[in-house]
Amino acid sequence: MGLDSMHQSASAASTDKPLLSLRNINMNFGGVKALKNVSFDVRPGEVHCLAGENGCGKSTLIKVITGVYRPAEGAVIEYEGETYSHMSPVTAQDRGIQVIWQDLALFPEMTVAENIAFHEVLGGWPRLVDYGRMRRIAVDALARLGVTLDVDLPLKEYAIAQRQIVAIARALVGEAKLVFMDEPTASLTQSETDHLLEIVRSLSASGVAVVFVSHRLAEVLEISSRITVLRDGALVGVYPAAGMTQSKITELMTGKTFDQHVRARPRDDQPVVLDVRGLTRPGQFEDISLTVRRGETVGITGLLGAGRTELALALFGMLKPVSGTISIDGREVRFGSNREAIAAGVAYLSEDRLSLGLIQPQPIADNLVIASLRKILSGGLLSEDRKRSLVSRWIADLGVKIGHQADAISTLSGGNQQRVAIAKWLATDPKLLILDSPTVGVDVGARAGIFDIVAKLAESGLAIILISDEVPEVYFNADRVLHMAQGRIVGTYDPRQSRLEEIEAAVYA
Amino acid sequence: MHSLIRTHATEFSLLAVIVVISTVLSFATANFFTLGNAFDLLNISAVNIIFAVGLLVVLIAGGIDISFAVAASVVQYGTAIALGWIGGGGWVSGLLIAGSLGVLLGCFNAFLIHRFRIISIVATISTFNIYFGLLMFFTRGVSIYDLPDWLTDRVILFEREMPDGTWIEITLPVLVMIVCVVATWTLITRTTIGRQLYAFGDNPEGARRFGINIGAMQFIAFGWLGLMAGIGGLIQAHYAQEVVPNALYGRELDVLAAVVLGGARLGGGKGTVLGCVLGVLLISITQNGLNLMGVSPFAFKMIIGAIILIAITLSNTRIERLLPFVGQRGTGR
Repeated sequence: MGLDSMHQSASAASTDKPLLSLRNINMNFGGVKALKNVSFDVRPGEVHCLAGENGCGKSTLIKVITGVYRPAEGAVIEYEGETYSHMSPVTAQDRGIQVIWQDLALFPEMTVAENIAFHEVLGGWPRLVDYGRMRRIAVDALARLGVTLDVDLPLKEYAIAQRQIVAIARALVGEAKLVFMDEPTASLTQSETDHLLEIVRSLSASGVAVVFVSHRLAEVLEISSRITVLRDGALVGVYPAAGMTQSKITELMTGKTFDQHVRARPRDDQPVVLDVRGLTRPGQFEDISLTVRRGETVGITGLLGAGRTELALALFGMLKPVSGTISIDGREVRFGSNREAIAAGVAYLSEDRLSLGLIQPQPIADNLVIASLRKILSGGLLSEDRKRSLVSRWIADLGVKIGHQADAISTLSGGNQQRVAIAKWLATDPKLLILDSPTVGVDVGARAGIFDIVAKLAESGLAIILISDEVPEVYFNADRVLHMAQGRIVGTYDPRQSRLEEIEAAVYA
Repeated sequence: MHSLIRTHATEFSLLAVIVVISTVLSFATANFFTLGNAFDLLNISAVNIIFAVGLLVVLIAGGIDISFAVAASVVQYGTAIALGWIGGGGWVSGLLIAGSLGVLLGCFNAFLIHRFRIISIVATISTFNIYFGLLMFFTRGVSIYDLPDWLTDRVILFEREMPDGTWIEITLPVLVMIVCVVATWTLITRTTIGRQLYAFGDNPEGARRFGINIGAMQFIAFGWLGLMAGIGGLIQAHYAQEVVPNALYGRELDVLAAVVLGGARLGGGKGTVLGCVLGVLLISITQNGLNLMGVSPFAFKMIIGAIILIAITLSNTRIERLLPFVGQRGTGR
């Protein structure tokens, strides 16, 4: 049944008549204009990217299209030849508009079949559940994606990549013609991302239009045919993906130009801060030897699961290496806990800022001082005055934009949260700062700001390890790039002598 | 078979613990391993199992209820008084009155939780105190022994003397318990409402986005527990042949422990009727065995506490680590 409608829309694609077309979309929240006279269109079966920084109106636009929000007077929404002044969630779903939210909205304790065919148990009046029918629907939907999962297992048995696929399968069950995917690859590894993009391509080939929202510009360019860029709630323009570059999209999204240049500089004359020799923890990392000098930024890249984070945790005293040595400033150290590592001058900004790095509901100030409470003691008790002055200093130093120190950290944007997280560790006076994927969930515009801070810190003499699975990040911002694969360092590159493409080819091969 | 063990790890480990304890007890005591004793156990556990399956539904929906046991006492008094008004009544009118009173008290909890957004543990601790306070105040702590004959007469549905000289009996409480267990099982596994309850407990925000009626979920879950509490209350009065205001006080924690032991999760989305029944039985068997072994009743609570800890630790450890013949599978995490 779904296939028929898909063929129809696929044939419509040749006429280039849009499946969805929006004009004069204005959306106001109180006095704030979230969308200013935006227009947007999607052709049948195309992969269309919606690009823009956080807060640019992407999510608001999606919510207007899916009927969650009602746009201001004068809006025109045309979908499959019919005109609406606004959508409703029910109409949107009935007409085949589906959204896969970033948090997936799945039920981990229920089976894969129930998650995919959940609409079967909806409705107010109790009926008997037809499990056979739900299983058939689920198996069909997964087969359409070319995936086999055990539909009788609880969803929690599957990793995030498979859950993503379950969410897509669920959207397809509703005979989707237009699917919105909100940051679908945020927590996937490279090969999982490749598989997902493959699925998006086959959806598109079967006539389903996909609107893709992602911070990862490389995959945006790879997958989409057209890109709509929004900035501050207004339309910047619609561009064909062919001929676009990452830096050009970044410029359009932020309205600023970033010239990315290799920042690497020689640091060989500086004393060694961290000296690691033959560090091994079987199954996680093996025979790791590396040095980081004062003022040096060493980049570590590699696919997720290469052992990068495990290595960082070992340097931070949270995983015990089985053999090998770690020396800081020439003295061998053995950390029994991360408290000892912090005392020895190691700071670690964790990969998962949202759940591990910051305590979201708590005030900005409290988050910032949590790792250096000793410094704000006065007569054995915490001093509000000292806290305030410490926080003010770091907020100014790192250029964090905040309302008030007492506001919850969750009120800040990703980029500003990351600055607070960095400040938290800088307040401990570290010698070595380990940044694990510091730009995950941070806008492109704000990323440049984070790396400016990293460069400034290196200039002031801090030794820095920068971990990222995006090769360009370490290429442009580190003095040396180490490539990790399957727990080992398999390559060392000097960005001044190697080309970016060469390293990318080695890492993503 | 593998996936059956994987998805029902709790039930299998509970069953294993029950088998081990029963084996030990049958060697340690002469009377434990008789059919007569087995049926005794069933009769004794009936009321707790009725409460437990009710509480299970609330836990699955992501709530918790502390008040259901004293609510059952309130129902006992209310039903006794109402039966007096209608001049005696019978099992049908008794169950109807007790069930409706129970549903009413359960729905009051749901109303507080849904209307005023009070978290369920706070709401039900409050109603626990309100119900118990009102009960003690109005009854002045006086018990009722003057119950209708139909209620206090033992109803034996089936009995037979076994070759070993013990009697097996199936009494009315066991029948009612079986009906409640089957009804709850049907509700939560076979009906759309039941699956919505699981989904709501598992991921409330996800459920809301699907358009599931959140208020209805609360009223159904707490209403069902109320119904079970009402029925369980009447059966307890029948079993004890009296109505004592504080007879069920404290029962809520025993039942809660048994249900959690049975694999239900505080926080919602998880739990099975089988696990729940096994949880209650494990505790009853232990208590019964200790009794037969002549262990001081004062030591019961301590030993049962330890058993709950051990069983919960076992069921939280992945079953693969405990059973060497179940290999790792590639698909999971």
